[in-house]
Amino acid sequence: MNVTVLDRKPETINQSFTGFIDCDVHPFYKSPAEFDAFLPERWREHRRTIGGRTRQGLSKASNYPRMSPGNGQRMDAWPPDGSHPGSDLPFMQEQLLDLFNVAYGLLAPLVGGAGGERNVEFGAAMATAVNEWQLARWCDPDPRLKASVQINIEHQEAAIEEIEKRAGDRRFVQVQVPPRGLEPLGRRRYWPILEACAANGFPISLHLGGTSGHPSTGGGWPSFYHEEHPSYVQTMQTLVTSLVCEGVFERIPNLKIVLVEGGFAWLPALCWRLDKHWKKLRAEVPFLRQKPSEYVKQHIWVTTQPIEEPERPQDMLSTLEWIGIDRVMFSTDYPHWDQDDPRYAFKVPLPEAWKRRIYTDNARELYGLD
Amino acid sequence: MSQHVVATVDEIPPGECKIVTVKGREIGIFNVNQEFYALINRCPHQGAPLCRGAILSRLEAPSPGDYRLTRHGEMLRCPWHCWEFDIKTGQSWCDPDSVHARTYEIVVEPGETLAKGPFAAETVPIAVERDYLVITV
Repeated sequence: MNVTVLDRKPETINQSFTGFIDCDVHPFYKSPAEFDAFLPERWREHRRTIGGRTRQGLSKASNYPRMSPGNGQRMDAWPPDGSHPGSDLPFMQEQLLDLFNVAYGLLAPLVGGAGGERNVEFGAAMATAVNEWQLARWCDPDPRLKASVQINIEHQEAAIEEIEKRAGDRRFVQVQVPPRGLEPLGRRRYWPILEACAANGFPISLHLGGTSGHPSTGGGWPSFYHEEHPSYVQTMQTLVTSLVCEGVFERIPNLKIVLVEGGFAWLPALCWRLDKHWKKLRAEVPFLRQKPSEYVKQHIWVTTQPIEEPERPQDMLSTLEWIGIDRVMFSTDYPHWDQDDPRYAFKVPLPEAWKRRIYTDNARELYGLD
Repeated sequence: MSQHVVATVDEIPPGECKIVTVKGREIGIFNVNQEFYALINRCPHQGAPLCRGAILSRLEAPSPGDYRLTRHGEMLRCPWHCWEFDIKTGQSWCDPDSVHARTYEIVVEPGETLAKGPFAAETVPIAVERDYLVITV
């Protein structure tokens, strides 16, 4: 018997893995000149002739280049026209949005460099441009895609103006802040921005990546990407600790924080440790009127990718319970190399009620989506 | 189980892979230094199209800083999470005892044999003077 060589057939997806909300989708440009349409002439010329001033030595490469082609892209995510993964809406629809009948995809642009730009005026201009770009290139053509408000947190006035400008526009669902900042996010100088987010109904999404210019670990610069990747956990732990211990959640009781791509299994252990210290050291932070773990439970959400794969798969269930089933939201990280497939991410079957919460209901409620 | 003609021997150069569909299953046919191997195009980890990954050597290091490239072109790195598999056996590098990519038996048959049957030439035309790859699925 002979054989017919076919293209990859459209897959049939088990319905229990369709219709979810993806809390981490990365759009890209076909050319950075796409931002020019949304930049005033003064900054358009700046972008072309001067460009970004990053917080790291290498302005056009990451400190820890990824092993996969395209600095960390899924190898099968290049669109047919050869453009960058994540840059082609029809191909994103084919590989993600339509394939899984995704209800909503939350965009997390890691392009434009607005968040880490040292020239804060340019950073603010790029933030506005990337916000407009998200609408024009992604959200308006496919309303399942929701935008994240870009800001440069070191330019307070412009950041607040941008947040207020986007408030009420349901195409934006959150404000995105790079977690590796010049100072931990709970410091007082950031409070007015945090207050503006809460006042305007925007959760803050802390999506990993980038660099602050400080070593990425508490112990200095690592040698390998193998060390850099888990250092995202340290960054997230620092931010959770900072937000709690600085009293941010006392000051801004309706502030909601989403940790994206920083793992989550570490969160219960951090809470145990913070609670232990709070009992002993609370005199230093008397404004904390409840245990640190209580603040975390009330204010912090986590997304799943890159999901932990415990040695005993069933330990995942305990981990989810410790964090709270209502605080975990599914994410793919499409089209990056370490993305998770909704069908296989969890190595243990989840109870149906948990699955509904994690794959859709938690995000639906947090972001007020239909 | 049935046997299927999937390619001519000369259409897959050394170091390359051809993905075919047999009985609804995608299978990658690899030419590793003129020996042929067949692996399912599905990573056992999260279902990625495994055979579209990079073909590499095995990099070993008996101690830190002591690197050795061995088994040139015999490893396949998944296009998603970079798990590595032995093309010849389907064995994973990270968990060789329990994580495998499925392999299929593949043999080279001369066109002369195939022309006599039991293989019917449908889409890969059989010429008696050429050699063909036949897998058992």
